[in-house]
Amino acid sequence: MSDAPSTNDGALAGLRVVELSSERGAWAGKLLADMGAEVIVVEPPGGDPMRRYGPFLEDRPGSERSLYWWHYNTSKLGVTLELDSAKDRKRLLGLIATADLLIECEPPGVMAARGLSYEELCAVRADLIAISITSFGSSDLRSAEPATDLTILAGGGPVWNCGYDDHSLPPVRGGGNQGFHTACHYAVMSALVALLVRDETGLGQHIDVNMHAAANVTTEAGSYEWLVARGTVQRQTGRHAAQNPTLPTQIECADGRHVNTGVPPTRPAQFLGLHRWLRDLGWLEEFPEAFLLELGAEREFIDLAKIAEDPELMAIFGAGREAQNLIASRLSAYDFFLGSQQRGLPVGIIYAPEEVLEDPHFRARGFPTEVEHPELARSFVYPGAPYRFEKSPWRISRRAPMLGEHNELIFRPLEEQLP
Amino acid sequence: MASKALSHLRICDFTGQLAGAGATKFLAAFGAQVIRIEDPVRQGRWDILRGLPPFVDERRGIDQGGAFNNHNVEKLGVTLNLRKERGRQLLRQLIEVSDVVSENFAAGVLERMGFGYEALRTIKGDIIYVSNCGFGHHGPYSEFKTWGPIVQAVSGLTFSSALAGREPAGWGYSYMDHTGGYFMAIAILMALRHRNRTGEGQAIDLSCTDAGATLNGPALLDYTVNGRPLRRDGMPDSNRSQHPAMAPHGIYPSKGEDEWIAIACRSDADWQSLAAEIGEPWVGEQHFRELAGRLREQDALDVRIGEWTASQERFALALRLRAAGIPAAAVAKPGERIDDDSNTEDWGLWPEVKHSAMGTVRADGLPVHHSESDWSVERGGPCLGEHNQQVFGGLLGLDARELEALRAEGVI
Repeated sequence: MSDAPSTNDGALAGLRVVELSSERGAWAGKLLADMGAEVIVVEPPGGDPMRRYGPFLEDRPGSERSLYWWHYNTSKLGVTLELDSAKDRKRLLGLIATADLLIECEPPGVMAARGLSYEELCAVRADLIAISITSFGSSDLRSAEPATDLTILAGGGPVWNCGYDDHSLPPVRGGGNQGFHTACHYAVMSALVALLVRDETGLGQHIDVNMHAAANVTTEAGSYEWLVARGTVQRQTGRHAAQNPTLPTQIECADGRHVNTGVPPTRPAQFLGLHRWLRDLGWLEEFPEAFLLELGAEREFIDLAKIAEDPELMAIFGAGREAQNLIASRLSAYDFFLGSQQRGLPVGIIYAPEEVLEDPHFRARGFPTEVEHPELARSFVYPGAPYRFEKSPWRISRRAPMLGEHNELIFRPLEEQLP
Repeated sequence: MASKALSHLRICDFTGQLAGAGATKFLAAFGAQVIRIEDPVRQGRWDILRGLPPFVDERRGIDQGGAFNNHNVEKLGVTLNLRKERGRQLLRQLIEVSDVVSENFAAGVLERMGFGYEALRTIKGDIIYVSNCGFGHHGPYSEFKTWGPIVQAVSGLTFSSALAGREPAGWGYSYMDHTGGYFMAIAILMALRHRNRTGEGQAIDLSCTDAGATLNGPALLDYTVNGRPLRRDGMPDSNRSQHPAMAPHGIYPSKGEDEWIAIACRSDADWQSLAAEIGEPWVGEQHFRELAGRLREQDALDVRIGEWTASQERFALALRLRAAGIPAAAVAKPGERIDDDSNTEDWGLWPEVKHSAMGTVRADGLPVHHSESDWSVERGGPCLGEHNQQVFGGLLGLDARELEALRAEGVI
């Protein structure tokens, strides 16, 4: 493989990754592929189950019509292998001999039972970096038990933190397969560390990614309140779970849409901004606590740690929130978001995912990304770059592979090399 | 023993809170020398977590913050007053011997201090500069300020976490501070790989809302390809599973106060197994036999399952269901998954660190293990200026008299 750098290569150009297809690891492969790695996703001959996940192009199922498959497999090449057949296992070993990284998500023991243990893979590629993503790590028998994104997030901590003030309602799993994503983020970070280690030492290694553990260390205060002070946080609507209830931060605006006010105003300039905003809107007279905003604006510095022992500060703090609530209830969510931010108040509009694509900021950054589907003679808009690399850019180099699309391209050179 | 994996790398680190500090924590755990630069005038309070709870005992102060410790284990900490020329000079010396400069200030802050990418590059030609901010360095909102919940709101993640017909539940923590940190670590490591290959450094603009917006892909494509928005009647409904379609799939009440169990049936076979475990006449109703029927009757199905689970102990029930081949898990409370879970304990997920002021404290470890170059988390987060001597003396070669003068002049 040529390793000569050229302009506009992704940061991972020249890297070959073999990914055994799985909903659990697909995001890791995409993150690498969109940065220029040659990621070859290996499916069973009948196709990965993801091809049967909706949504589908025009709502008609079909192995090349799954938008789920499309999203998670951009920039990859696709081949098919029957890993239970000796002939195809040999082909896989031939492929791995040419690879830098392997990503697999089989339950513990499955790879070894096929004669594809890490040791056996190293026999064909001594400096291989092999990443195993399992529910509970490769040495825990629980990894052989059934699990889904829902059960990982429920058992691993995130679900306990999320939901509503009303605890007669169940806690909530955040949408979008974030349990899989979190494990994949750690898989990619770890793979890159191993790659840098290999650059220094020439050594490959095995990386064991534990999905349950990944969820466990992605709960912020959920974990450290317990670790440090044995405190148990309780879920609240749209804001941080906390040991003691905090005031709401999610406001319904005049158009029925919501905003999040995050951390309420604490800086003198923010109180001044709120006061002027009320004045400009002509609503100052209707807000009896306006003088508290002025008091806040006059303070030199506000120390939240002192709020309990400073009743005036407590009142100022409360007035800031009340002023936000009043303004939000009379403006559209977008106007409140924009007006707040222009006054230095960190407020967020609560967008549905698709609304991001229509927003002027994200459009100006070029976030919506056209991807060609030559087989349909069409192109579609995909979510774009999570990060902007000046010299080695993120890029969707091709749409997701069709079933077995690159068998010929990938396997023929390998077979030509056989004695 | 400290990890050696990345011990050849040095990071000049301005990050704080979690969105930035989480990134360099990962690198520090693998042995990178991460040097946190903090402002002595404001006592490092730009990172609000420095003095905030939780606390190990009754002591308070900028070296007592439990969250700060959690996100800054294995890092060094120095103070540097960049308002003074001598402070800027020392920073330039530090950058000269660093591989990476990382920060998660609001856009433009580091540039206004005189250390934008162009300036960094004149100090060290192949420097890697990674910035993580809410809306990135370009675009109409680049001046806007964010916290994790704001990023989640704007990127679509708050909206996509909800029960049907209710306002967004959102995330009960800063999921995008964690995840923004993961993307930031990925960006730093990819840029290092690019430098290894080509010899060139670069600037990276990580917009946390862009990163967050990539995490709802199938819903986005349903909109761009099929014209179907997620903002529609009955949606989102994130305890259920639309992609792939599963039913039953939810979080059900169990015996006890505010105790819950998650159950998912991936297939008709899973449903048959669950039906056998439930063993009540209603499970045989014809319309529950196939997925399409269970999806159609999901409200009724969930009520029935909830009635069945409500009287049962959640851990025992989850164990029984998994033994029958059905994905199930008790909704674990913090103490249960931290102190009573053999998996996290055997993994070493909660290492004890030695913090110079707080003493021995447990912290989040890493959910990965490397066979040849594993991570290690032993040292607590740095007290303010704790490593001034080691960094300005040991690394940059200043002697005791010069260090004393820097202190006297308010430079460090």
